[in-house]
Amino acid sequence: METRELICIGCPMGCPLKVEMDGGEVSSVTGNTCKRGDDYARKEVTNPTRIVTSSVIVEGGSLAAVSVKTKEDIPKGKIFDIMKALKGVKVQAPVHIGDVILSNVADTGVDIIATKDVL
Amino acid sequence: MLKYDIVIVGGGPAGLAAAVSAKRNGIASILVLERDKELGGILNQCIHNGFGLHTFKEELTGPEYAGRFIEQLKEEKIEYKLNTMVMDISDSKVVTAMNREEGMFEIQAKAVVLAMGCRERARGALNIPGYRPAGIYSAGTAQRLVNMEGYMPGREVVILGSGDIGLIMARRMTLEGAKVKVVAELLPYSGGLKRNIVQCLDDFGIPLKLSHTVVDIDGKERVEGITIAQVDENRRPIPGTEEHYTCDTLLLSCGLIPENEISRSLGVEMSPITSGPLVNECLETNVEGVFACGNVLHVHDLVDFVSEEAGAAGKHAAEYVANGAKHQPSNAKDIPIVATEGARYTVPKTINPDRMDEKHTVRFRVGDVYKNCYVSVYLNEERVIHRKRPVVAPGEMEEVVLKKEDLAAFPGLSQITVKIEEA
Repeated sequence: METRELICIGCPMGCPLKVEMDGGEVSSVTGNTCKRGDDYARKEVTNPTRIVTSSVIVEGGSLAAVSVKTKEDIPKGKIFDIMKALKGVKVQAPVHIGDVILSNVADTGVDIIATKDVL
Repeated sequence: MLKYDIVIVGGGPAGLAAAVSAKRNGIASILVLERDKELGGILNQCIHNGFGLHTFKEELTGPEYAGRFIEQLKEEKIEYKLNTMVMDISDSKVVTAMNREEGMFEIQAKAVVLAMGCRERARGALNIPGYRPAGIYSAGTAQRLVNMEGYMPGREVVILGSGDIGLIMARRMTLEGAKVKVVAELLPYSGGLKRNIVQCLDDFGIPLKLSHTVVDIDGKERVEGITIAQVDENRRPIPGTEEHYTCDTLLLSCGLIPENEISRSLGVEMSPITSGPLVNECLETNVEGVFACGNVLHVHDLVDFVSEEAGAAGKHAAEYVANGAKHQPSNAKDIPIVATEGARYTVPKTINPDRMDEKHTVRFRVGDVYKNCYVSVYLNEERVIHRKRPVVAPGEMEEVVLKKEDLAAFPGLSQITVKIEEA
């Protein structure tokens, strides 16, 4: 039996979580106040993931840059591959919230989408 | 002179939510004044995710969260002016503002909602010795440069202060290829949210040095290095503990200050603890018909709570416009809420048992880290709430919910006390 203590990053409450592990399998999660905490704990000890957010240059728009994110969470180990893929990316205005900026970024199967309208 | 029922100063998260709420509570004539070139306020530069879990039940980035409210504002056809700076509000509620198109102009309002937000504590307020070279930024300035303007402020970074913006920027600069060498925090605990320590520092192996501060800045033209040292319990640097870091950039994340210049000149009574207005449970200040919400009232850590608070301010402003001074007549008097023994302040500062809703959330912050403690509420001498908390910290806002039935039924209620009690 192995115990891991985590802080939930599901929302800003930051619940202190205790995960009981039995031979690589999660046997229990305590300390969470919602379902998100349970999901996070199970994932964090087996396959930790993150949403990556950044911004890319926009040409011809009212602003110099548009904020973007991975549409879903991606494996933690892929964060810097994604940042590398975003380097030098330029888009043309107008850009709308939800527009795909880069599909299947760094072979994660996840798209990079815009999180802001730049007209 | 222009005439509006409600003028809202600031088009950030608080101003937007107040405007939408006032409209939905029956007021058609509303004007939002925003000094930036777009609505959304600070959310526009907070491109990280984690916003909106309470409000929208999903995790949004700052611009997406702002976008939702801007959409609502437009659906409700609420008027707003961008690039417009409010210079003054008179006690007869004449708002003086200016912009490039209209010059200086006046607006007669029936009610005013203060939603100006806050600004960062700058180097000048921190007493850091050393030269004044280029390369010293407040964390929020750096955030705007990187996320919105497309500039990198530097390559090798030391951050002073572990507020949320500092933590978020430690990650952001790292992702953009900078080396963040250390985050130094004067206090023995972080001022930021726990989740940000995990996902912004721990994820990237960035050290957090608690009880440390900057004691010297090297470099005349540009920052060349930073010396930090450990501090004792009186926050004085301990000789012999100095460590030097070569770097070209120092980011400061040392607290936020509500921006209340126009509130003060209007004669709004301020709290020396929050640097924000003192308000009753309607979020109304001592100046009748002037309401406050969001970070201008007290610095929040969750935008969801800003939206909720601003929604209440908008609703009460609408009621005031509809019914005048007796917007909610009351047979009871305002009961002061006293924050003591660990609790630093409360918002609101007073509550009226007759006028209040069935339940009212009182928000407050604690002055220190307390473990296995109780958050307690007393009506006069009687304890009515005694809630166990594994840990409370100054960086995270606390709340207690007061019930109208409890307050109204309490004979001779003269004071409500919020405090932290040891287990």
